Amino acid sequence: MPNKQTNLEPTSEPGVDPVIAENLTKRFGDFTAVDHVTFQIHSGEIFGWLGPNGAGKTTTIRMMLGLIQPSEGTLRVLGFDPVTQKKTMQGNVGYMSQLFTLYNDLTAIENIRFYGKVYGLSREHLAERQREIIEMAGLHGRENAVTSTLSGGWKQRLALGCAIVHNPKVVFLDEPTAGVDPISRREFWGLIYSMAKKGTTVLVTTHYMDEAELCQRVGFINMGKLVAIGTPAELKLNQMQGQVLEVNTTDSDRAIRILKDAQKNKSLPFDEVALYGAQIHVVVPGAEKYKGRVKKLLEKEKIKVIGVERIVPTLEDVFISTINSSQKANKK
Amino acid sequence: MENEIAISSHDLVKQFKGRHTTVTAIDHVSLQVRKGETFGLIGPDGAGKSTTTRVILGLLRRDSGESSVLGFDSMRDVYDIREHSGYIAQQFTLPADMTVLENMRFFADLHGISSKEQKKNIDELLIFAGLTDFTSRPAGRLSGGMKKKLALACSLVHEPEVVMLDEPTLGVDPVSRREFWNLLGNLRTEKGMTIFVCTPYMDEAERCNHVGLIYQGRLIALETPEGIKKMVPGHLLEFQPSKFVPARDLVSSLKGVLEVQTYGAFLHVFVDNVERRQPQIISALKAQKITCSNMRVIEPRMEEAFISLISREEKENNAK
Repeated sequence: MPNKQTNLEPTSEPGVDPVIAENLTKRFGDFTAVDHVTFQIHSGEIFGWLGPNGAGKTTTIRMMLGLIQPSEGTLRVLGFDPVTQKKTMQGNVGYMSQLFTLYNDLTAIENIRFYGKVYGLSREHLAERQREIIEMAGLHGRENAVTSTLSGGWKQRLALGCAIVHNPKVVFLDEPTAGVDPISRREFWGLIYSMAKKGTTVLVTTHYMDEAELCQRVGFINMGKLVAIGTPAELKLNQMQGQVLEVNTTDSDRAIRILKDAQKNKSLPFDEVALYGAQIHVVVPGAEKYKGRVKKLLEKEKIKVIGVERIVPTLEDVFISTINSSQKANKK
Repeated sequence: MENEIAISSHDLVKQFKGRHTTVTAIDHVSLQVRKGETFGLIGPDGAGKSTTTRVILGLLRRDSGESSVLGFDSMRDVYDIREHSGYIAQQFTLPADMTVLENMRFFADLHGISSKEQKKNIDELLIFAGLTDFTSRPAGRLSGGMKKKLALACSLVHEPEVVMLDEPTLGVDPVSRREFWNLLGNLRTEKGMTIFVCTPYMDEAERCNHVGLIYQGRLIALETPEGIKKMVPGHLLEFQPSKFVPARDLVSSLKGVLEVQTYGAFLHVFVDNVERRQPQIISALKAQKITCSNMRVIEPRMEEAFISLISREEKENNAK
């Protein structure tokens, strides 16, 4: 049977981390989806859980929700064991899936009521929460709109409202901003911040690295393994192998091919060459040493170079560098 | 050759007529995409991006105006358009139980490509998409990023000159997203392909040669990414206030503040003059016992420009 270690007693005392994972592992047959992952999420924190598609993000969340059993290791959510104390725990956690699980043929308010009743809220409490959620999600005037007619941003905020109708202490958001436009994304992050401010602990997964920058701490998971954890600033400082040069040219498509070729035939020791918006980021062992050589290489191919500057790596640079080096280590 | 037009629309209108209401999904849109360029269509959810793409491809009927692909009219020359263009619809899925190779052959058969030609095209595309090691894997068992690459490869099997991609990287992780865009870059530089892409990612928009910004069916900007960023007023100041909501409200009311955007715990404040306004903002906040940290001047990115332009439109709309 899993969960041999039960040295952690159920508790929701202040000062105890609301999410504690120790050697958390999940195997499906001979495939290890989550591989001995150890980390904590602090109270009231916005924690970013990041990784490539299929890295094990959703599997981790499903274990935290008690939907699947860990194969090995210990997991505590608000001091509860998500498997054996599922019922008590579930009243205190909220979950929003990437699919915005709303009933499309119900109205906005009916969805809120439905979720409220599922969580067993009293009539008075539900009426109060209904008002608060409509207010929070900015759904005034759309209470009676059929959910299927709401656009992405509204649906997303309604889905969040339903996920937190019972005022949970911990909320798991699985790719909540996939496919919504930049304005709705910003509004949504406003909501995440206001939840955290009220003391709710938030775990969020996202493929937007600019959103990851807004998390207080982030964990990178790749092929089931936790490969880095820390504040965005810490990761930028410690996690990055080499330094980042930002190359600005008038023809980035051609420039990147030249730089990639140089990387491939090892004429220059580039760890990574990638487009970032209209600029190219090149990871080099020493910025000052290679600045001039990058410029020369491009100018030799008649590319107009506007600038080559050393920059503080973005979280996306760090993410890609970390994922790539963990992939390389795995192949060996 | 340089200035030849690949995709064009003029006063294009598309309406969806319901029993009681008529929605104008495309409202007199005129745009031109040059051969060999990457064109990005951006806009909020429901602005009309997908509809525009479909009308241009002849998948939906237009109500008035003109549109064409490579000179072929969207309504009259639908089959020519099919032959010369590739398309990936939004949330398009491949037959999951068919292998990578079977998928490619299936799409090649649909386009009536001879088996001799198929072999050459498919081999080339598998190398291009980095899928040579996965030919016998069912599409349903590919990772998200690989699925998108396969979809792209399938849309190119008949060697089109134009591809139209509707949010092709939705739900794809950053590593795969970069790889996908590298493929698009290669298509453009090596084959001179014209790429038309709808995207919710502003960093992808930044990689296009020209960008069209659409709002409620109207094209409100058609510019280079640089040009779009220049449409944003003033200078951008970023900082983290100790009290968020009061700080936002206070700063919005100050003189010289053109616009305030929120960015997580940060405020993005557009001001007419940084040297003058920065100390004024700090002291106004201080008077309310609000401190700010990490204050700096930043260059607006495509994302800030997008939000600024769209909120301006929304304001004008509400005033009407």
